[in-house]
Amino acid sequence: MLHTILIVILLAPLVGSLVAGLFGRQVGRKGAHYSTITGVAISMVLAAYVFVEFVLKGAEAYNASLYTWLVSDGVKFELGFMIDELSATMMLVVTFVSLMVHIYTIGYMDHDEDYAHDNPYYQRFFSYISLFTFSMLSLVMANNFLQLFFGWEAVGLVSYLLIGFYMKRESAIQANLKAFLVNRVGDFGFILGIALVFVYFNTMDYNEFFAQLASNKDVMIEVFPGVEWSMITLMLILLFIGAMGKSAQMPLHVWLPESMEGPTPISALIHAATMVTAGIFMVARLSPAFELSEAALSFVLVIGALTAFMMGLLGLIQNDIKRVVAYSTLSQLGYMTAAMGASAYAAGMFHVLTHAFFKALLFLAAGSVIIAMHHIQDIRQMGGMRKYMPITYAAMLIGSLALIGFPGFSGFFSKDSILMSVDASERFGATFSYTLLLMGVFITAFYSFRMFFLVFHGEESEYVKTHDIKESPWVVTVPLVLLAIPAAVMGLPLIEGMFSGEYFGNSLFILPANDVMLSLFEHHYHGVVNMIVHSFMTLPVLLALSGVFLAWLMYIKMPSLPGKLKSMCPRGYYVLDNAYGFDRLNEIVFVEGGQKLGRFFTKSVDSKLIDIGMVTNTFMAVANSAAALRQSQTGLMYHYAFVMIFGLLAMLVWTLW
Amino acid sequence: MLSSYPILSTLVWLPIIGGLLVLFAGRNNDAVAKWLSLAVAVVTFILSIPLWTDFDTTTSAMQFEEKVVWIPMFNIYYHLAVDGLSMPLVLLTTFTQVLVIASAWDVIKERVEQYMGAFLIMGGIMVGVFVALDSILFYIFWEALLIPMFIVIGKWGGPRRVYATMKFFLYTFFGSVFMLISFIYMYYQSGSFAILDFQAMQLGMTVQILIFLAFLIAFAVKIPMFPVHTWLPDAHVEAPTAGSVVLAAIMLKMGGYGFVRFSLPITPDASMTLDWLVIGLSLIAIVYIGIVAMVQSDMKKLVAYSSISHMGFVTLGMFVLYDILEKTGSLQGAQVGMEGAMVQMISHGFISGAMFLAIGVLYDRMHTREISAYSGVVNKMPWFVFFAVLFSMANVGLPGTSGFVGEFMVIISSFKANLWFGTLAALTLVIGAAYTLWMVKRVYFGPITNENVEQLTDLNKREFAIMAILAVAVVGLGVYPAPIMEVMHTSVANLLVQATTSKL
Repeated sequence: MLHTILIVILLAPLVGSLVAGLFGRQVGRKGAHYSTITGVAISMVLAAYVFVEFVLKGAEAYNASLYTWLVSDGVKFELGFMIDELSATMMLVVTFVSLMVHIYTIGYMDHDEDYAHDNPYYQRFFSYISLFTFSMLSLVMANNFLQLFFGWEAVGLVSYLLIGFYMKRESAIQANLKAFLVNRVGDFGFILGIALVFVYFNTMDYNEFFAQLASNKDVMIEVFPGVEWSMITLMLILLFIGAMGKSAQMPLHVWLPESMEGPTPISALIHAATMVTAGIFMVARLSPAFELSEAALSFVLVIGALTAFMMGLLGLIQNDIKRVVAYSTLSQLGYMTAAMGASAYAAGMFHVLTHAFFKALLFLAAGSVIIAMHHIQDIRQMGGMRKYMPITYAAMLIGSLALIGFPGFSGFFSKDSILMSVDASERFGATFSYTLLLMGVFITAFYSFRMFFLVFHGEESEYVKTHDIKESPWVVTVPLVLLAIPAAVMGLPLIEGMFSGEYFGNSLFILPANDVMLSLFEHHYHGVVNMIVHSFMTLPVLLALSGVFLAWLMYIKMPSLPGKLKSMCPRGYYVLDNAYGFDRLNEIVFVEGGQKLGRFFTKSVDSKLIDIGMVTNTFMAVANSAAALRQSQTGLMYHYAFVMIFGLLAMLVWTLW
Repeated sequence: MLSSYPILSTLVWLPIIGGLLVLFAGRNNDAVAKWLSLAVAVVTFILSIPLWTDFDTTTSAMQFEEKVVWIPMFNIYYHLAVDGLSMPLVLLTTFTQVLVIASAWDVIKERVEQYMGAFLIMGGIMVGVFVALDSILFYIFWEALLIPMFIVIGKWGGPRRVYATMKFFLYTFFGSVFMLISFIYMYYQSGSFAILDFQAMQLGMTVQILIFLAFLIAFAVKIPMFPVHTWLPDAHVEAPTAGSVVLAAIMLKMGGYGFVRFSLPITPDASMTLDWLVIGLSLIAIVYIGIVAMVQSDMKKLVAYSSISHMGFVTLGMFVLYDILEKTGSLQGAQVGMEGAMVQMISHGFISGAMFLAIGVLYDRMHTREISAYSGVVNKMPWFVFFAVLFSMANVGLPGTSGFVGEFMVIISSFKANLWFGTLAALTLVIGAAYTLWMVKRVYFGPITNENVEQLTDLNKREFAIMAILAVAVVGLGVYPAPIMEVMHTSVANLLVQATTSKL
């Protein structure tokens, strides 16, 4: 029974996607959104049932094979399900956010002037987001590395298709190529990590892999002659490189800001709420392995903290409303990653959950603003929009408060648990990381409210004055409301279970010595109310509040201040404006360098060295020495060969007769 | 064995005789030529299906065997049979044959009967290569294939066809002469031309090395491997679409098949000693050729280089076994590489065929293969681009497509042999994506900048059917490769024993 339910959860969105994608013209626009929404809704309802069974009622983890993909050399490569607290939670989040985005899309695409009335585009879009839901579900439901990689690449494919959705636009198709390639760099590490699993564990199955961890703990491998590394550490770092691609950790983050070329509902679903958390999810899923390597965890911790801080800084100077939210996504992903590195898997996953809701909310609210502004995304052209869009305004406010970790809101609990855990961790790099994360809190608050004030408060801009700005239709606002509720309150019931470790139960594994969350829970946790009240005297919340205050000061009270600051430190602005030069570096080294190398190979090696040098000269030498013969032969060579071979064939036929 | 009639002979001779028939009956009557050819190809394909359904997967012994004395004086037999290594390739050939005939339907307007006839004859000969178990018979089929291909490129080819055909002919002919010499040498030692006798005979190390190198030259040219690969891009560029499809989908596989039928079982000790040579050349193919592919401005050249790069996985997967054995003391994991190599051949048959057919679809409309002449094709041909992007993703090795299966298996197996082999091979994830998707971006996406693109029409029914069949094959093999693996298991296991049993 459960098995069938799981299959339905997985396949319902796929069916919807195929209907909308392959028969788009036949079913029409309505048919496309009804079929896909039905598919995802079925998935969500059943995922809710699974959630109740596994998380609320605490059913035993379910592990079963779906079918055998192939068997080779006695190793079974299978597809299958592993359902426990971790996957059941992700399934519900993915299907819920996806459903909201599906509904919202009806309103958003209707206003999308480029393609609104060009039929198949609309259906294609619904087909893609349902296909994405299917892929993401197969990723989180997997019970083995192979399927993880299947889902991993499949979400990458859909992301590629959706970033390039406006396929006539050069910037869009440039961005999706870049996204795919950067992700592939991550996957390069990822597949090598999986290869190490195959080599040393002879299995792809998670449970069989976990069971053999203890016996492989001390295996060393020679990477260079005379240089030995711990196999587990190498494997985990390779796998984590995959996560750095998908979850956009530095230096593989470069694709995410440009992914905003895709339509806004997609930015919400894929590039904020779900897909980009796949890397975090993977680390949590493999916690029994990560626990065995301090080095790998330190690496994860520092990468996460650096991303959280440096990407947050870039959020300060963005003027495109979607880019502000995109950089905040990058920064928040850094927080989640850092939590993983501090062995606070539950805190990281908690932030994944709250972030899925408040970030989807922020994106969809931003999309609502974009609809009202007729697809203008520059926040400098906005201002004073509060009174025209009350629902969007409230949604954006709730989302922003959750994002900055305002006490009581969902993001507060998850972010605070991350900060406390990293603070309490004694791992190498923890102090450094904690400092970065703390500064990040201030920055987050500042850029979030900078955008908020610029869009909704202050004086009405020229554009807002001269155009008819109005609230979005119900298909847009209803998802906003439905997302705003969990974004505001979902932290309250969950925080205790997260800290005590009860929520995720056995689906996460933490060595007792590393379990900072449990020790914080035992010594410092005195209930939800106490946590909220107490927080007003802690550094993170004070930093967040001062960030909001500074944003108010600079953008409402004294609007001339930002310009002065910019001219005061042009060098700093230059660095941020160029996003630390990562793009330029990639451009020079990989894009131009690769092409130069390719041209050199083609012209010098293939054409000159091989063709002219080796081959032609050899043939010419032979040909010249037989110049006399050549005269009579060139045109006839083919005849000779023909006669020779057909003669042989004739002989064959004759002798067999 | 259910088949009471000589099924393999039928698969070889039906298309050849059918092809000759088309030559005569289809003269001045294109419709007859087309329909007759299609009928022959379809019947051949249907007749080849029992090879799979009646195949005994429990044995590595030869099946569907036919053996008749041919030239008693030299102990030469007309000996045909298949095992798990050759059977899938036979089916790939008969399958591709149908698509090839269909692809030329409205495209070829001159001397239709000759064109169709040549392809049918080619189909029979290629089956012959995969099923012949007498080395002389094998050699005849191997060389005979050059003739119809030579004619096809020479007659229906592009402007530089003379150069391309000469290069093609000389390379491959040059390569196989060494193979023939080896056969004759082994005949003098063993008194037999039977391939299975060659596999069983003892050979000294020096002799093995010489024979191994002779085989290597023959097969390396065919696959092709660096540095004897430069004939392939030229041949592809000049060949008509169907010619490219046959070339990429099947002819290249003959080289890969040669390694598993000849090199590894006949010269195991030399293979072990010289495996570094093949592995090195394979890695060069994967990395170096991939980088070369990136900067090609002609779509066919790009896909040709991509073919070479993908065939690198075939040869890599076939030769990592010795390093695995040496490093771990057992063959555990070697079978994954070998089976990966075999499935990569099948998959590449589908994907490269599909890629060349897709280029053909564009070429038929625009008469250019220059990437820069295109942009925004998707605006006019959405269904075509749907398929083209699917096949490109398969070329990139996306999981769920056939392209992933072989690459994945070879990467993990070669990683077991040596970390760096696996690492270099895995670079294809980035390089392959770069050259394939960059082309996709420039040709299919973007705004329309050329008024000829504005005139494009989407796939017609015939083209749609061809693309759809290939799409099903590519996705089917990617989602559920187990059945095709099952066919190979026993034969591959036997091959590994042969390849690691010393003959000294």
